[in-house]
Amino acid sequence: MISLAGRDILHAWGKFVFTGVGLGLLIGVTLSMAGIYRGMVDDAEVLLDNSGADLWAVQKDTLGPYAEPSTLADDLYRGILTLPGVARAANVTYLTMQVRPVAPNQAASNQTSDPAGDEAARERRAMIVGVVPGGFGEPGQPPFLVAGRHLTRGHYEAVADVTTGFRLGEQVRIRRNLYTIVGLTRRAVSSGGDPMVYIPLKDAQEAQFLKDNDAIIAQRRRTAANPVFNRPGQPEVLDAVLAAQTQSSSVNAILVRLEPGADADEVAADIRRWKHLTVYTRAEMNEILQAKLIATSARQIFMFLVILSVVSAAIVAFIIYTLTLGKIREIAVLKLIGTRNRTIAGMILQQAVGLGVIGFVVGKTVATLWAPIFPKYVLLLPGDAARGFLVVVIICVLASLVAIRAALRVDPAEAIGG
Amino acid sequence: MADDTQGIRIEGLRKRYGSGDTAVDALKGVDMAVAPGEVVGLVGPSGSGKSTLLKCLGAVIEPTGGRMILGDHPIYDDGWRIRDLRALRRDKIGFVFQAPYLIPFLDVTDNVALLPMLAGRPNGESRERARELLAALDVEHRARAMPSQLSGGEQQRVAIARALVNRPPVILADEPTAPLDSERALGVIRILNRMARQYRTAVIVVTHDEKIIPTFRRIYHIRDGRTHEEAGEGRALD
Repeated sequence: MISLAGRDILHAWGKFVFTGVGLGLLIGVTLSMAGIYRGMVDDAEVLLDNSGADLWAVQKDTLGPYAEPSTLADDLYRGILTLPGVARAANVTYLTMQVRPVAPNQAASNQTSDPAGDEAARERRAMIVGVVPGGFGEPGQPPFLVAGRHLTRGHYEAVADVTTGFRLGEQVRIRRNLYTIVGLTRRAVSSGGDPMVYIPLKDAQEAQFLKDNDAIIAQRRRTAANPVFNRPGQPEVLDAVLAAQTQSSSVNAILVRLEPGADADEVAADIRRWKHLTVYTRAEMNEILQAKLIATSARQIFMFLVILSVVSAAIVAFIIYTLTLGKIREIAVLKLIGTRNRTIAGMILQQAVGLGVIGFVVGKTVATLWAPIFPKYVLLLPGDAARGFLVVVIICVLASLVAIRAALRVDPAEAIGG
Repeated sequence: MADDTQGIRIEGLRKRYGSGDTAVDALKGVDMAVAPGEVVGLVGPSGSGKSTLLKCLGAVIEPTGGRMILGDHPIYDDGWRIRDLRALRRDKIGFVFQAPYLIPFLDVTDNVALLPMLAGRPNGESRERARELLAALDVEHRARAMPSQLSGGEQQRVAIARALVNRPPVILADEPTAPLDSERALGVIRILNRMARQYRTAVIVVTHDEKIIPTFRRIYHIRDGRTHEEAGEGRALD
């Protein structure tokens, strides 16, 4: 028996291909939405992987450092290092801000005027990560480099993710200071997908916690006017207070790596008990990122997926129904000459599924092609594609039911005049 | 006169639409007999019951009463009917319509071969049978063409081949010459006569076409749901 559906598709291939391409673009958008969600989850995973930490010690009763602000004293890590089961502990700061490259002439004069042209266009939102220089392998450091070297000096060096677009040797401005890009890494991103720029911890503390010059002068004036601090004959008291005000000794978190075989929950309990900090294990931090930080976005994307699926189903149903109505006379003739209902239903079903297959192939192709263009990471998993294909087939089958019902209601007598 | 033991024979066929006060008797006891190899005309004005009779003969609608016998087998007998009407239409009845109604996405050969394929015959055998008929109808040179590439006369010949391909004992032709000019209309009737003789098929041609009515040897007139038979001119076609 010949394939009636196949012959019909071959006969009107242009109609099917163009319809399939239209449907495919819709499926491509749907797959991309799923890819964006997967990308967000992967960004969160990568953020935790890249940190190289087993535990995150943060300010008490906060969800820091990624979901809530957290401030800790930068000497607490020493105490944590003494606890059993702790192999390494390192301070880290995180600050999301705009970073822009600086033209060499501006860098020479250390101008702070508004950027223009190329620099303004290349300004990027980035997560500034403060890490201890020379600490390659410590928690929080860039996991690997694709070019250049790690941070070795105490100030004004930076390692950037390649997606920032910054080049080796280029200078970027972060707050008041210029930093030279000495290394490039890859897939170092925040949970929001912003690329990371690693700078020395002291610089990061200054960038995050220090006030601007006018504010510092005003604070000094107020402090000097306070007789409690500015005591006659005791100038060292005022100096000590002013020094404490202008130096930052805060970090956002302490990243802890455990010794092999150490129990994360036990070590976390020890840190909570002795250091009065909130501590999260990898699983808990993963839960915070996925259930709290990206949950709303995930629900938003899920809603889009549902709407797109419904729209796709409606389009397939409409197209198949219209194509079937266009063949009512042929269907009546087929029924009159003895074609079984299941043969006619099979023809419509095969066409609907064929349309879905064309649409899926087009959708998967365009989603793969346009994924790199998206500003955020789009992760197209083979499993999602397989599930997507199954959903497309199910939608096509369901969508064809309306057309099949219409075809089966055709009276073979319609083929006979009168 | 038709041979009563073969071809198609109907006796006292009745068809009522609706019930009660709104009931309409479309057929009020139709008698008709067409022998194998014979071509008869069925003529009548609009609303006379032609289409209803054709649909009953075509096993598309069920009569209300009477008998229908195809070959030696009754297919309807006062409320009883054979179960599988679809198979009956596929294997025992050939249809030729006013418009050819060829399947637009199948080529000429497969349009004809589709019926034996639907009956479960192998594709090769079905196509071979189709090619034989296309050759007999002088359209074998268009065997690979699509219906849209054929002329009206060629399409009608392919439709006749499709009607004959399962060797049905009866062919119902519904206004087969309506869209054709005189020459082509007579050509179609000539072919139907030749095929009827060659394949021993009873052919009933429903028509209004004055050009072809004189070609029938027997004509059934239908009026107000009843038929009466009269001899036709039987004008020579060759």
